[in-house]
Amino acid sequence: MNAIVCKDLCKTFKQGEEIITGLNNVSIIIEKGDFVCLSGPSGSGKTTLLNAIGGLDTPDSGEISIGDIRIDKLGKGALADMRLHNIGFVFQAYNLIPVLTARENVEFVMQVSGMSAAERSQKSHAILKEVGLEGMEDRRPAQLSGGQQQRVAVARAIVSQPTLILADEPTANLDSVASSQLMDLFTQLNRHHHITFVIATHDIRVMKYAKRLIGMEDGKIISDQINNDQTINVQTVNNKAQ
Amino acid sequence: MNITLRMAWRNLWRHKRRTWLTVGAMIFSNLLLVFLISLQFGSYRMMIDNTLRSYTGHMQVQNKTYNDDPKIRNSFAAIIPLADEIRHQLGTDSVAARGVAFAMTSSKQRSYGLQIIGVEPDFETRVSTLPGLINKGHYFTDINAEEIIIGSVLARNLRVDIGDELTLLGSGRDGSFAAGIVIVTAIFESGVADIDRSMAQVPLGYFQSLFSMGDGGHNIVINAEDLPLVPLVQQNVNDIVHQRKELAVLGWNKLQPGLKQAIQADMASAWFMYAVLIVLVAFSVLNTQLMSVLERTREFGTMMALGVKPIRLGSLVITETFIMSSLGLAIGAVLGSALAYYLSIVGFSYPGMEEMAGKFNLPDRMYPSLSPLSIFLGPGIVFFCSLLASIYPALRLFFLQPVSAMKAV
Repeated sequence: MNAIVCKDLCKTFKQGEEIITGLNNVSIIIEKGDFVCLSGPSGSGKTTLLNAIGGLDTPDSGEISIGDIRIDKLGKGALADMRLHNIGFVFQAYNLIPVLTARENVEFVMQVSGMSAAERSQKSHAILKEVGLEGMEDRRPAQLSGGQQQRVAVARAIVSQPTLILADEPTANLDSVASSQLMDLFTQLNRHHHITFVIATHDIRVMKYAKRLIGMEDGKIISDQINNDQTINVQTVNNKAQ
Repeated sequence: MNITLRMAWRNLWRHKRRTWLTVGAMIFSNLLLVFLISLQFGSYRMMIDNTLRSYTGHMQVQNKTYNDDPKIRNSFAAIIPLADEIRHQLGTDSVAARGVAFAMTSSKQRSYGLQIIGVEPDFETRVSTLPGLINKGHYFTDINAEEIIIGSVLARNLRVDIGDELTLLGSGRDGSFAAGIVIVTAIFESGVADIDRSMAQVPLGYFQSLFSMGDGGHNIVINAEDLPLVPLVQQNVNDIVHQRKELAVLGWNKLQPGLKQAIQADMASAWFMYAVLIVLVAFSVLNTQLMSVLERTREFGTMMALGVKPIRLGSLVITETFIMSSLGLAIGAVLGSALAYYLSIVGFSYPGMEEMAGKFNLPDRMYPSLSPLSIFLGPGIVFFCSLLASIYPALRLFFLQPVSAMKAV
């Protein structure tokens, strides 16, 4: 089953007098449960594609479907609902709400979606335990390391059980240990919760975890291949799980 | 605690100084408003009370036609027994009957036109400050005495003093010729030249015989214990006189319409000043919340990316303002009330007030009048205007795009 279908996506930006091409007739199909890395140099269109898939930005032309929903046809309110219930976001700079604790950051999304306090509390506790932050629930973002903050962001992204997680350079601000821990976590979530991952990155270490690698340049897809090294990482994860 | 409320509360204390400056402006304006409005209400009360207690009284019983057509024939009968009954029923002495007529007053050397008021000597002192303004001689002791009290300007004009005789010439109620000789027993000085020149009092019994009034008169003046009690007392007096269809009970606003107009004019100018203060506070809130929203553009962008709708973000901004305004209202109203309450007990005066008040036989201190209206009117408007001011920063969030917002520094 297809998780994401993009067809002939085009997007241009105006920077002063110059017109910059963000996406140039991009068409891709990503299956449910896939683990995809979008790679390419800066300005290649990775983030633009990710934003378009996430409904954060609208393409100039083309079609985008998440599951059965044509999101390019949705209004602002419906897009917000779709993001709330179906998509989790992980950002390069974590983007946690600084005045809320780790637990409150995770619960915030659940409260917005109208979940009861008891259910929120139970779920946030379980998710934070799953991402390895047990005992740090009441710390605010400023009291956590970069890796821990990114784990809170991941917990926030998965707590409403989305079918899709979009991550934009999630390891860019992390050291190598924290990076590999985060990618191990992503791999586990992908395998155990069957969440589809689309990660924009130019970090080779991250690409190694992907099942599928899509290369981009100048707003176009220039390569799309299955990652043969990925099995090694899965094995590593399985070994760790044992 | 609701997460929006919790976030709003914590967001406020991210910039403690800025928040306290804004809340401080609200506290100061609310304190000032509570105090000034209480003072204003107190001064109006004092102004009404002083004006009414000087002569008109809080209410009067009159012939229905008298207020619009104050002629001698528009009187009513058995005025003293009715005044007695009202005193008895209300259980107060602050009720006095009067008759009003005009006469030519002559001394040996000069003549002047004069308004003659017939008064009950035992009770006039309870409804009018005029007897207290006597600076020469003594007040009447007998209701039938052929005596007169005149103002200092008239005494000077007529060139008379205590013990001198005056001749009164006028028309009686029945059109007959009214003539009498009276002895000046006292001279008063109200400080108002018009009154001191053109008004005199004689005892009511003598007045009735001089002007062929029979047992009649023109009005019964009644003072309530306190201004807020006037409507209740007026209702009671209505109940007492309701069987006499020719009579009407008129409140002070009907008797002195100019007083109400003067107060309304003063209120309008005071509210203009208050409006300036309120607008300044509202702009301070607008500035704070606008800065706060601009600083958190990235945060709002993230929340929108997570699926939070702009209306929820807007409600967060309005909740923050609600908290600040509530703090400003609570602290400002408490401090303002405390100050106004203290001064409503001890009173206060300004330089020269005592001297001036003594001259007019008036209280020498001002007392703010604290009431739920004076406590909550000003701060309530500040509260409402602050919330209004935060609508613009909240509305900006509706035009935010998640991608560009998250790129904001």
